[in-house]
Amino acid sequence: MEVLKIATAGSVDDGKSTLIGRLLYDTKSLTDDKLEAIKKSSEQRGYDYLDFSLATDGLVAEREQGITIDVAHIYFSTPTKSYIIADTPGHVEYTRNMVTGASTSQVAIILIDARRGVIEQTYRHFFINNLLRVKNVIVAVNKMDLVDYDETIFEDIKRDFEALNQKSTYAEQQLSYIPVSALKGDNVVSKTETMPWYNGDTILEHLEKLETTDVFDGEQVRFPIQTVIRPKTTDFHDFRGYAGKIYGGSLKVGDTVTVLPSLTQSRIKEIYFFDQTYKEAIAGSSVNITLEDDINITRGDMLVKTNELPKVEKHIRATVCWMDGKQLASGAKYIIQHNTNKVLSKIDAVHNVIATDYSGVDITKNQLALNEIGEVSIRLSKPIYYDAYKNHKSNGAFILIDAHTNATAGVGFIN
Amino acid sequence: MLHTLSAVLEKEVEEASLKTLRINALENEAIYIFREVAAQFEKPVLLFSGGKDSITLVRLAQKAFYPGKIPFPLMHIDTGHNFPETIAFRDQLVKELGVELIVRNVQDSIDQGKVIEETGKYASRNSLQTTTLLDAIEEFKFDACMGGARRDEEKARAKERIFSVRDDFGQWDEKNQRPELFDMLNGEIEIGQNVRVFPISNWTELDVWSYIQKEKIEIPSIYFAHKRAVFMRDGLIWSAEDEVVFRAEDELVEEKMVRFRTVGDMSCTAAVLSYADTIDKVVAEIRESKISERGARIDDKRSEAAMEKRKQQGYF
Repeated sequence: MEVLKIATAGSVDDGKSTLIGRLLYDTKSLTDDKLEAIKKSSEQRGYDYLDFSLATDGLVAEREQGITIDVAHIYFSTPTKSYIIADTPGHVEYTRNMVTGASTSQVAIILIDARRGVIEQTYRHFFINNLLRVKNVIVAVNKMDLVDYDETIFEDIKRDFEALNQKSTYAEQQLSYIPVSALKGDNVVSKTETMPWYNGDTILEHLEKLETTDVFDGEQVRFPIQTVIRPKTTDFHDFRGYAGKIYGGSLKVGDTVTVLPSLTQSRIKEIYFFDQTYKEAIAGSSVNITLEDDINITRGDMLVKTNELPKVEKHIRATVCWMDGKQLASGAKYIIQHNTNKVLSKIDAVHNVIATDYSGVDITKNQLALNEIGEVSIRLSKPIYYDAYKNHKSNGAFILIDAHTNATAGVGFIN
Repeated sequence: MLHTLSAVLEKEVEEASLKTLRINALENEAIYIFREVAAQFEKPVLLFSGGKDSITLVRLAQKAFYPGKIPFPLMHIDTGHNFPETIAFRDQLVKELGVELIVRNVQDSIDQGKVIEETGKYASRNSLQTTTLLDAIEEFKFDACMGGARRDEEKARAKERIFSVRDDFGQWDEKNQRPELFDMLNGEIEIGQNVRVFPISNWTELDVWSYIQKEKIEIPSIYFAHKRAVFMRDGLIWSAEDEVVFRAEDELVEEKMVRFRTVGDMSCTAAVLSYADTIDKVVAEIRESKISERGARIDDKRSEAAMEKRKQQGYF
């Protein structure tokens, strides 16, 4: 079964939860008891309609305030694909959750209220999907029923968004525009008579056509070692397997590989997945690899093909999204987790806070506050083997861990 | 329907060594998570209930560390109200795998006066498990507890992280969870804290059943349709064969073909009418089902926030 991960983004009241509810309802993914629970809660709150957000806002605080605070995961499937929606909050103060949702998604759905058009929030949602290089973006112009299904309104919004797209930092991003009414069900799962001027796909039709390749794209293979498997049993007495997940490309038996950071070379002897061996394993596989030679390899090391070495640096510059209440300031020390590798680091400088509204007016500041995104220079205690994020997602991203609180304080995308 | 995981991973080929490994994203994700746990923690444990989700976890753990053994023990928090079939199954499985099994009993917590048994019509030991679990975590100094909870089960679980940090009182701070970016799992904790780990977070009920079907995993017999003496209450079907399930005098016992969709504490797990007596029929039935899995769990029906409240207190 193929799995497609989707992140949603939209401002408060753009109808995000209604859209998700509609997707679930029209694909018959809502069971009777869940529907009954939504009905009951809707009635208790005095609504005369079904509030689908009650299905996804799982925390008491969320239902009290009628807003989404944290990422919820919602599941539905069609005969061809399984879908996982990361329903992320739209408020500005929850940027960190949007970044989190986008980090594992192949598709983003950005909702726009047809009556309000492209607004400042839309800029930020698009910016985040640009920055994280989410491959496909669906711009869903919602509430078309409230603007009499007017084609010109849709076209105007599309034009505004295209203008925004001119400033995109990710030219290969695939954009599609779909006019919908989540409330009435127009163009979400099925086409209706309301918009004869629209000939494109519905949201679900579009999703069904998308490829489900791993988000950690990159042509060159990166194999960070998670753990070493040494059974020391009679049958596998000298077995030494390197367990990890393949990011980008593929690995074949016989490939000449280099172990980082030791720069030792060897060849792949076997590729195990459970008790079977394979000649090749592609990106996304959690395999167990043996090498021709006995080499000292530990967690945090990385296997790459010898002719595809990544960059190596002790100083890196990255775009950082800050996720912690304590501000990021120069001089501060953090643990950097890059793949399975952990390195101590010191913030050399915070250069600016990036304006996420594409105004180009970045603020020069030497600190990053919660939910701010900025350019940061970092010095590492040991060099890391990395790729630029734009070339390789998994090997170009890292998280910053506060050594005092253990919190995941931020995420960085290496330039 | 093409709806199964089985379509993806092709292993049964005459010459496996010449094949390119095709992948099942959910299975690979779970294996990845198990390996992160083994590498990042000193004393992990797999919480095993004898239910289908924890049985699936055991298979995935086997795959993650083959040809090595599963590098952590299993622990069962026994409410004393288990279906006898699941206990027999548990003991057999542990024997076959050669892994260590730890059992801690809710009855002991009751005898020690740490918890008070509920009484009445809806009495259940389900929430009492929390105390026994937290005591066991402290006793063995476990720093990571892996469980088979899935996000599709319940709306508070939909908010759960894969690595979910609990403070030294076992509490879940749901408003202040660590963001989980890409594949990177941050398992850094203070002494006394522990992490609850959910390797099959992203699986749905159907994914689990399809996997059991594809992998030919054995599961306890109560998951399959069988004749059982039952009675009806609140529109749900309860077993009349087990004395721990409270039954009033006027609640009529009749024999029906039923099976269980979840296997929790007997006192809060209702059966469903079913003729699905093979795994293929069960998968077909789940696919067509109009009721969610936890629809037959009375513990979630106590209030809209029942699960969130239990989780805050340290429940799994």
